[in-house]
Amino acid sequence: MRTVVAGHDTYAYTGSRAVDPGLPTVVFVHGAGNDHSVWALQSRYFAYHGFNVLAVDLPGHGRSGGTPLSSVEAIGDWIGALLGATGIAKAALVGHSMGSLAALECAARHRDRVTKLALVGTAAPMPVSELLLDAARRNDHVACELITGWSYSAGKQIGGSQVPGLWLTGNALRLLERNRPGTLYADLVACNEYGTGDASAAKVRCPVLAILGARDLMAPAKSARALIAAVADAKVVTIPDCGHALMAEEPDAVLDALRAFL
Amino acid sequence: MTKPKTTHFDTLSLHAGARPDPETGARATPIYQSASFVFPDSDHAAALFNMERAGHVYSRISNPTCAVLEERIAALEGGVGSIATASGQAALHLAIVTLLGAGEHIVASRALYGGSHNLLDFTLPRFGVTTTFVDPRDLDAWRAAIRPETRLLFGETLGNPGLDVLDIPRVADLAHDHGLPLLVDSTFTTPWLLQPLAHGADLVFHSATKFLSGHGVVIGGLLVDSGQFGWDGPKARGKFPTLTEPYAGFHNMVFSEESTTAGFLLRARREGIRDFGACMAPFTAFQILQGIETLPLRMARHVENARRVVAFLAAHPMVESVGYPELPDHPDHALASKLLPKGCGAVFSFNLNGSRTQGRTFVEALKLFSHLANVGDAKSLVIHPASTTHFRMTAEDLSRAGITEGMIRLSVGLENPDDLIEDLSRALHAAGKA
Repeated sequence: MRTVVAGHDTYAYTGSRAVDPGLPTVVFVHGAGNDHSVWALQSRYFAYHGFNVLAVDLPGHGRSGGTPLSSVEAIGDWIGALLGATGIAKAALVGHSMGSLAALECAARHRDRVTKLALVGTAAPMPVSELLLDAARRNDHVACELITGWSYSAGKQIGGSQVPGLWLTGNALRLLERNRPGTLYADLVACNEYGTGDASAAKVRCPVLAILGARDLMAPAKSARALIAAVADAKVVTIPDCGHALMAEEPDAVLDALRAFL
Repeated sequence: MTKPKTTHFDTLSLHAGARPDPETGARATPIYQSASFVFPDSDHAAALFNMERAGHVYSRISNPTCAVLEERIAALEGGVGSIATASGQAALHLAIVTLLGAGEHIVASRALYGGSHNLLDFTLPRFGVTTTFVDPRDLDAWRAAIRPETRLLFGETLGNPGLDVLDIPRVADLAHDHGLPLLVDSTFTTPWLLQPLAHGADLVFHSATKFLSGHGVVIGGLLVDSGQFGWDGPKARGKFPTLTEPYAGFHNMVFSEESTTAGFLLRARREGIRDFGACMAPFTAFQILQGIETLPLRMARHVENARRVVAFLAAHPMVESVGYPELPDHPDHALASKLLPKGCGAVFSFNLNGSRTQGRTFVEALKLFSHLANVGDAKSLVIHPASTTHFRMTAEDLSRAGITEGMIRLSVGLENPDDLIEDLSRALHAAGKA
């Protein structure tokens, strides 16, 4: 689906289905340097099980126009604008990594529009190493390699995709390589500079689910504790032997957690 | 700057895609010799069918043993994934039918394996897909052959049987300038010698029957997607509706939207493998996995032996010429030095300085080299292309493909090279007396 949000052409994957005003809506928000396709299995499931699905490409990413937004807060507001642009009064939000923080901000700033909030691979704060920031600033391929290397648990670095025939790290690397110059850096800066996670979490009034990878190096599970503690109504699902790329490493476990929650 | 840790090729050859079996602890990849896989419940079954969950349904579409092999070759080639097929020919067919329909066109190197030439020149035109064959060394010819309806450029890393080295970076650039993908047959080189995707190719396929399995005991193919090609990018827009428009055969799925990087593989599996059915058997996948475990060791020895045999033949008075790109007089010597620094493989051809009868005597006098139609076996092989692999080609086509009546093709195996040279020496002596 294509729509215009904040003046820019925006793409959202819907599972090839039209938005039905009578159905509840789930918005999926990807992480830094990614696009809607990281949610392929989960978003498709909900699109065929009684939900409208909007798995968005954020501004400056994938098939969407515009330029990357400069802060997590701005992305949170953009999600609110997306709902307005598509005529959707309320929606559940599911975000991964940077997208989880943006979804959190949206839930805190647009409380009347967010019914449920699922934070996948989340942490607050979400500091980014100087090594990675520097490589991303220079649009150096090393940035893509570092993220890929840190995003998958050791076991999955060597394979074992649940999707037959897919080489997980190769696929992740190729998706990152598709970013327009400057996009990855803008995202990483937004993550690095985000500092209001706990305060925003305290403002959230909807139920919250955190899905964490026990072996997540990018957003270690322990780094989500304060955020989760600040939420009034929070549940946590921790997936064992799973890194930061939860939707790719353990697609069924992520889906099952979301099904139980949404 | 600190570089990210990467797993080396040799390690990936042994481990990529595999893990100890979680049920039994078996270290080797089990052979999942099962046609179907049990669904936990009806909802799970429906989700598997609709690609909402990942997993195996039916072994024509995917199989756990084959999936390990698919991941492994994708890792070794630097791709995003792959599909295992019944043969190398099936892999080529799958690539073509996933992208092209009637009325569309391919530009291909004319120095192709005879089976590929048959498919393109004689069989596919019956289905409305035509091919223009060009000299793989002539970039202007590639360019001139591209038409508005062209959808694919195709060549072999080392042309069969003259070992024309495909200038992958330049042909890929040309293809991309026209919004077209480049498909490369990498059978002769394997990813140990050359990774076409790293040089700009978009799709790679193998006859895994050859060096990948390495022992001449199975027939199989592998098709790898780089994930790099922009099927709906500005230059390609409108050319690949199989990937960029809704597919009625799968709930109006738009494959390039479903997967930004692996839309080609999705369509190939959900249509090409599903409907044409040229899948790989799990036992075949197991044997190819066993072969790939030793690929780096075997390829190094294949190349080492080939160099010894090439040097022997090049100095022999009964030999008119040897076509091996590492030799300074080969037309692609400089290009081979750039693209194939580890070697030019172990399959090459030479011309006997003698009559057709002497050629036959030579082949029949060999004891270690087996006279058969294959390459890439651990054992050394010999064949006379004009009367076997390329027998359907006219004399004119043979000449244009660089094949002479007296050409002999060798696939150098893993025997002791002194024994191979002794075998060749004796056969050449016999030919000299014929």
